[in-house]
Amino acid sequence: MSKALLEVKELKQYFPISTGLFKTINLKAVDGISFSIEHGETLGLVGESGCGKSTVGRALIQLYKVTGGQIFFEGNEINAKNIKDYRKVMAMVFQDPYSSLDPRMTVGDIIGEPLDIHKTYKSKQNRRDRIQQLMEIVGLSNEHANRYPHEFSGGQRQRIGIARALALNPKFIICDEPVSALDVSIQAQIINMFEELQESLNLAYLFIAHDLSVVKHISKRIAVMYMGKIVELASSDELINSPLHPYTVSLLSAVPVPDPNIAKTKKRIVLQGDIPSPMNMPSGCPFRTRCPKATEICAKELPLLREMSQGHTVACHNID
Amino acid sequence: MAKYLLSVKNLRTSFFTSAGEVKAVDDISFNLEKGKVLGIVGESGSGKSVTAYSIMRILSNPGKIVSGKILFNGEDLVLANEFAMRKIRGNKISIIFQDPMTSLNPVYTIGNQLLEAILLHTDNDKVKAKARAIELLTLVGVNEPEKRLKQYPYEFSGGMRQRVMIAMALACEPDILIADEPTTALDVTIQAQILELMQSIQKKMGMAIILITHDLGVVANMCDEILVMYAGKVAERGTAKEIFYNPHHEYTKGLLNSIPNLEEEHKKLTPIEGNPIDLLNMPSGCSFSPRCSKCMKICLEEFPPEQRINEEHIASCWINVKNKAEENAVIDENCTVCFNNNKDKLHDDKVRGKIL
Repeated sequence: MSKALLEVKELKQYFPISTGLFKTINLKAVDGISFSIEHGETLGLVGESGCGKSTVGRALIQLYKVTGGQIFFEGNEINAKNIKDYRKVMAMVFQDPYSSLDPRMTVGDIIGEPLDIHKTYKSKQNRRDRIQQLMEIVGLSNEHANRYPHEFSGGQRQRIGIARALALNPKFIICDEPVSALDVSIQAQIINMFEELQESLNLAYLFIAHDLSVVKHISKRIAVMYMGKIVELASSDELINSPLHPYTVSLLSAVPVPDPNIAKTKKRIVLQGDIPSPMNMPSGCPFRTRCPKATEICAKELPLLREMSQGHTVACHNID
Repeated sequence: MAKYLLSVKNLRTSFFTSAGEVKAVDDISFNLEKGKVLGIVGESGSGKSVTAYSIMRILSNPGKIVSGKILFNGEDLVLANEFAMRKIRGNKISIIFQDPMTSLNPVYTIGNQLLEAILLHTDNDKVKAKARAIELLTLVGVNEPEKRLKQYPYEFSGGMRQRVMIAMALACEPDILIADEPTTALDVTIQAQILELMQSIQKKMGMAIILITHDLGVVANMCDEILVMYAGKVAERGTAKEIFYNPHHEYTKGLLNSIPNLEEEHKKLTPIEGNPIDLLNMPSGCSFSPRCSKCMKICLEEFPPEQRINEEHIASCWINVKNKAEENAVIDENCTVCFNNNKDKLHDDKVRGKIL
C-alpha cells in the first residue's frame, strides 16, 4: 500500500485515426507518463496546446477507454468496471464554463446531479440542504439555485462548476484549465477559492493549464509535457528558478512579464518552428526539431526521465 | 499638419439592441504618435475591440458611432464616406484579428488572399504583386513562400496563419497597424515568436501600432503608452512606466495585484471583487464603483473627471481629486449599490481608515 493518493504508471492514451480504407494509425496523445499525487497536494501540468495535458485529466477519470498503463487511487487500481465508485472521490472542473453547464437545467439541479446519480441523499430536504451548503461554499447566494446558467457571468459559472465537483466530497479534483476562459480580475477570485478549498477540505488537485504563472502560483510540483510525454518534473520553485530541460527553459522565457523594466532586460529564447504533428512524430526526442541544443544522439534515441536531484526528473540527453 | 498621426476625440459608439442602448464606447479620447505602440487593455466587454472597429469603420449592425471625432492625418474618419474609407482600410490603416483560424477565407489560397490586398491598393500588375507577396511572406518568416502561396489556410498552423495575417496587413506599408488580441489564441512559445516579429517589423517599417489585449505581460513587453479601459470609458492612460509603477486608478491597481507573477514569491492574490459590469445596467456615477474597495459617496453620484497626474499620465478617479476625496470620505452606511456594504470582509475599518 503506497502513501500516495493517486499514482499513475505508464499511462497511455492512443486515438486510432483512419488514414485510408483499411488503414488506421494511432495518434499517441499520451505516451507512457507516470506521476503521483499526495493527499492535499497540487500537481501542475503545463504544456502547449496539443501536448496531451487535457487527455491525461480525462483519461484519469476514464472518460476515454485507456490504452495502457495503470492508475492507482490510494493503492487500489482503477479500471473501467469500478470507475463509478471512484468518480465519487475524484471530480473534474472543466475549462469552458459556457459549454460545461447544461443550459436547460437550473443551477440547483446542475449541482445536485452528482447527488442524484450516486443517490447520496435520504430526503428531498436533505438534497436541498446539501445544494445550499455547496452554493455557500463557492460564494453563490441561495436564491441563485432556481436560475439558469445563462443568467450568470463566466466567473460565477465556474463557481457553479466547482460546486458540482465538490458535491460528493471528493478527495481529488482534476482542474482542466479552470481559469483560462476568465478575465484576469475574475481569475484571481477563482484561484484564491481553489486555494481556500484546498486548505479547508484537504483536497488534492491536478491543475492543468498553459499559463505558467498561474500554475506556479497554485502548485507544489509542476510537470511539463511535450507531445504526450513528461519532459521535466520538479517542485515548482525549482522548476521556475533552475529549469533543466531546454523546452522548459524556453517556455519560461516566453512568458511575458507584467513589468516594463524587467521585460526590457529579460532575454527571450524564441523557439523556432511549430509543434510537430502528433501523427508524424520525429524520431528520437520529440523536441529535437525545435531544440537549440539538439545533437546527433537526440535523433536516434528517445531520452528517458532521469532524476537529477531529489524530486527533479528530466528527460534530455544533453544534461549532466 | 497635425501633431498626432491619429487623434480620437470624445468617441461614443453604441449598439442599439432590442434591450436598449449599449454604450460600448463612451466618450473616450486618445492620441497616437507616429511610430509609437499604444496598448489598450481591459476585460472583455470594456470596449477595446469596438474602439478598433470604430476607427476602421467596420462596426456591424446595430453598432453606430454616435458622436466624436477620429482624426487621421487631419481627416475625420467619422465623416468620411465609404469610398474614402475603402482607400484607407488596408492601405493606411490595417487590422489583424484575434483568431487566425477564422479570419482567413478557407476556400481561397493564401496567395489569392494576399494578392487581393496588393492588387486593390497598388498599381502593381499580377507578376509584380506576386513578387511582393513572396517578399512579404519572407519578411514575416514563412519558409518556402512560393510553395506556401498555393496552399490553403487549413494547411497552416495557428502561428503561421497569424504570420500570413500580418503579411496581409503590411502589404501596403500602413501608417497604423491595429492588432486586436493578435496572440490570445496562440501558445506562449508561438506568442513570443509573433510578438518578436511585430517588434522587428515595427522597427524596420516605423509604423504605429495599436495593440489591443487583456494580457498585461504582453503590454509591458511591447507598448510605449497604455490606455486602460473599463466599461467603455478610459480609466487611465499614460506611458507604460507610469501605468505599471505609478497607477492612479483603483481598477488598474486591482488588475496589477490580481495577476500571479513568475518572478515573485508565493503570496495570496488580491482579486477585484464582484462581477464584470453589465453594460445594459450601468451604475450612476463611476462605473467601477460597485467593485471598488475605496468607493466613496461621490463615486456613486458623479463620474470622475479626467485628472492630470503628471505630464505623461491621466486618470479618472475621485481619489485623485484632493478636496473631493476628503469631503466624501465617509461611506454611506445605508448604501445598497456599493459593493463594500454588501460584502462584510471588504467593509472592514482598514479600508475606511485609509480613506479617512
